[in-house]
Amino acid sequence: MWFNAEEIKETVEMIQEQRLDIRTITMGISLRDCIDPDGNKLARNIYRKITDSAGKLVDVAGSLQKKYGIPIVNKRVSVSPIAAIAEAGKLSDYVPIAKSLDRAAIDIGVDFIGGFTALVQKGMTPGDAKLIGSIPQALSETERLCSSVNVASSKAGINMDAVLKMAEVVKETAERTAGQDGIGCAKLVVFANIPEDNPFMAGAYHGFGEPDKVINVGISGPGVVRAMLEKYPDADLLRLAELIKETAFKITRMGELIGRESAALLGVKPGVVDLSLAPTPTPGDSVAQIIEAMGIERCGAPGTTAALAMLNDAVKKGGAMATSSTGGLSGAFIPVSEDLGMVEAVEAGALSIEKLEAMTAVCSVGLDMIVIPGDTSVETIAGIIADQMAIAVVNHKAAGVRLIPSPGKVEGERATFGDLLGFAPVMPVSKFSCANFVRRGGRIPAPLTSLNN
Amino acid sequence: MKGKAIVTVLGKDRVGIVAGVSRVLAENNVNIEDISQTIMQDFFTMMMLVTVDEDEISIADLQKKLNALAEELDLKITVQHEDIFRYMHRI
Repeated sequence: MWFNAEEIKETVEMIQEQRLDIRTITMGISLRDCIDPDGNKLARNIYRKITDSAGKLVDVAGSLQKKYGIPIVNKRVSVSPIAAIAEAGKLSDYVPIAKSLDRAAIDIGVDFIGGFTALVQKGMTPGDAKLIGSIPQALSETERLCSSVNVASSKAGINMDAVLKMAEVVKETAERTAGQDGIGCAKLVVFANIPEDNPFMAGAYHGFGEPDKVINVGISGPGVVRAMLEKYPDADLLRLAELIKETAFKITRMGELIGRESAALLGVKPGVVDLSLAPTPTPGDSVAQIIEAMGIERCGAPGTTAALAMLNDAVKKGGAMATSSTGGLSGAFIPVSEDLGMVEAVEAGALSIEKLEAMTAVCSVGLDMIVIPGDTSVETIAGIIADQMAIAVVNHKAAGVRLIPSPGKVEGERATFGDLLGFAPVMPVSKFSCANFVRRGGRIPAPLTSLNN
Repeated sequence: MKGKAIVTVLGKDRVGIVAGVSRVLAENNVNIEDISQTIMQDFFTMMMLVTVDEDEISIADLQKKLNALAEELDLKITVQHEDIFRYMHRI
């Protein structure tokens, strides 16, 4: 036989017991050829381009899932930033475009559609301002739409006017979706250094440097890494790093296989494999529990940042060997509500927003899916976003902030979003004000990249 | 078009597992190229490398037919295209 029994058993166990899956196949679609000054025509063009391009996406994913016996959890679409695509039109706001995107997503059966996006790290055009102003209504009146706004980059610095504006948008989006604990904010991310080829939501959009259509794949597999580490409780850290690399290699190969084949079947270019460990609320499928399997009693205890740094680096090293097309966010995700181990760590008092912020300095996302009290001020939200943007800008990495100021909720309560979005306890925020800082406006200049000590 | 797949059978040992699986494979013109089988503490594990003529039956349909047998014999049977193992275990 080509494969020995151990190898076959390992693969089958990864999928059946350790919940290895392909987290998402995301088709990126350029909407540049849809631009039209007539708003109705623009919406129609967008609907047609998406349904024509990705109409078979769900069927292809289903057939590959059966052929290889590996679950493909999400099918998604990302599109060109709508702020740019709609700008030439005469629409007073972009809610009709949001609805057209949502309808296209529902009609082709994909789980999410991303790209209700503006890139404003250095300033805003009229189209950017209209898009940002449309976000609360757009997210409260659609089902599958995701929105992202890039407010900072290592080359441009941090647009603090945009940070404050986005804090207002986050707050209003939460209030408009108060009936579901502020779920609109789970579909809205404020970014620094946003990647153009990220397959993960809510930050997926189709960048201007991308081809007309492309397939990007996001892998998963925290459960596989945890199960591997638990087999070696006495291994030293160098050995652990090696084990994580080996496992990341195997997981990423699945992404490479599915990415190549789905792109060929759909007749589009294969894009990137995003080498991320993406947790879900299912027990065991947790990044926090990997850190705990490394020897930390509870995620958030001293040593957590070091453990996460090692995990993140080893995942990249193993994954980079498995595919030549890495991209997206690539690293370990540390959302709170989507990771049962993180939720338990918060409820045990081990994990705070401040510790999570430190952890974001060494991994691939930012403060993600964190529920804060509903009465948190716009200025405090802006301050939290600005801190995260600063970490990303100075460290030349991507980071997104998904905060949910859950209306009416206070510390000690929980907000529930369901499915992959999970639930989370309300985390306390600092009682001290940053209003005079964030209300200054203007831009924090780009950091110096030499004299780097 | 012919393709290779791996059939994995797991469950409590009992009479007729090999016969049952082989019968379903033969009925669908699926050729067995290699078999590895062990029993550990009453737990039956079998792996088969098979050739599937996909003009005759798809891997998805073969899985469906084996699911019916799996239910009857209280087993877990999985059919996967061999490429998933090749990608994971061979550089």
